[in-house]
Parts: sequence; structure tokens; C-alpha cells
Amino acid sequence: MIDIAWSQFTPWSALIGGILIGLAAASFLLLNGRIAGISGILGGLLTPLRGDIAWRVAFILGLIGAPAVWFLFADLPAINIEANVPSLIIAGLLVGVGTRYGSGCTSGHGVCGLSRLSVRSLVATLCFMGSGFVTVFVMRHVIGG
Amino acid sequence: MKYSIASLVSGLIFGLGLIVSGMANPEKVLGFLDIAGLWDPSLAFVMGGAIIVGVGAFAVARRRTLSFLGFNIKIPGHTHIDKRLVFGGLLFGIGWGIAGFCPGPGLVALGAGETKAAIFAVSMVAGMAVFELIERSRAKS
Repeated sequence: MIDIAWSQFTPWSALIGGILIGLAAASFLLLNGRIAGISGILGGLLTPLRGDIAWRVAFILGLIGAPAVWFLFADLPAINIEANVPSLIIAGLLVGVGTRYGSGCTSGHGVCGLSRLSVRSLVATLCFMGSGFVTVFVMRHVIGG
Repeated sequence: MKYSIASLVSGLIFGLGLIVSGMANPEKVLGFLDIAGLWDPSLAFVMGGAIIVGVGAFAVARRRTLSFLGFNIKIPGHTHIDKRLVFGGLLFGIGWGIAGFCPGPGLVALGAGETKAAIFAVSMVAGMAVFELIERSRAKS
């Protein structure tokens, strides 16, 4: 009973973008020997250790700089942020605390963890995907509906 | 130095992948999480594409002790599934569902100059700081 949003579904750009994300995780793993887990890379900056700062900042700057590099060649695709400011603050706090307690986010557990067939990461991914589905259901169809 | 350059390039490719895939746009992420509405399966294709490449990369990494730049390969060895993993994942998912942002897309949208993404990103770092404070007070007691 799932209705697919055919007009919004973008399988090719999703797949190509996904492959790029995979290549980023692969290059980080095969060049630097580390897992490309964004919440861990960012969170590690809050308890900085000598010699452990520059590469973290570099990775984050790469992410933040991606739209500028993109913009050299093409217009950026639309970014529509529906959430209001209080919701964004609550969401940010939950994402910050949750990813650190759970030792990872969509990149570390989702992409890298599933790629190395880690059961621990599979459990984490099922937890955040599950609660994401439930949250959107409640917000759009229980409270909003 | 080469370690940081490889990090910068990896972060950049990661960010470009998020833009190409549409995942820097929370509207699209929420379209995936809204199974009961009109469902946009794109996010599953993003994960699929990334994992296809990732499986190959980990297969190579597992046979090596040093990376191609000569650094130790650090693949996490934890296998335990505990309350922290589950509870943390559930909390993260609630936040993800509220705004449609997980950490990577939040930072990319911040780089695109979105004020609302900046509010999300600052709150996320604050959340991470709260976690560190709780950990520290626990370690003391």
C-alpha cells in the first residue's frame, strides 16, 4: 500500500550521488585508513588531541566547501528546509547527542558500517531509520494530519 | 600534511555526492522517511550506490594493514550491541525525522549559505558538547 512519488523519485542522480559518497568513503579508508563517519569526525573536535585536529577540520571544510566547488560549474539544486527555527534547534540537539551516544550516523553506521557487514552498524541503522520513519509519520499524519 | 589533504578531498567528494544525490535537500530526505505519504525511494538508491562501492573498498582494506599512503588502517572492532547504541540511534532518528538533516547534509547545506542549516549545525555541535559534558560528569562520579 505504498504510493511512490514518481515525480520526485530520482533514481539515477541518487545512484550516481551514492557512488560518489561511496568513493569518498573508499578514498578516506584506502588513503588514510579511517572510517568516514561524519559525526565522529566532527565530534572529535570537541575533545581535541594534539595531531588529531587538522585532518578533522580538513574533512569538514571539504564538506562545507562542496557547494562552492559545485557552484563553479553549475547552479546549486534547491534546498528546501521546511522546519522552523525551534524545530531545527531541537533536531540539531537530538542529532548531536544521539549520534555521539550511538557512535555514528548515516555515514559511519549507514554507509561504512553496512559496507563492512557490521551487525552492530546494522542495528544502529535500523534504530535511526525506524525512529526517523515513526517521527515523520507522527509529525505529518498524526499531529499534522 | 598528505593525511589532511586526503581528508579534504574525501570530504569534498562526499559533499558533492550529497549534492548530486539530492540528499543535501531535507525535503527529499523527508520524502523518503514519509512512507505513509507519497514515498520517494531515492535515499535507498543513494545508500545502495554508496554501499556497492564501500563493500569493494572494505574488501581491499581488510587485506592490508597499511593504507596506500602508508597509514595504519583503523577499522572499528566493536561488535557489542548495547543500550547506548540503540538509545543513541533512536534519538538521532527523531532529530533526523524532525528536520530532515543528518550531520553530512546539515554541513553541506550550511556551506550552501542556508541560515536554517547554520542553526541546525550549531545546535548539533551543542548537542555533541552536551554529550561530552555528560560523559565527563559520569567519569568523575
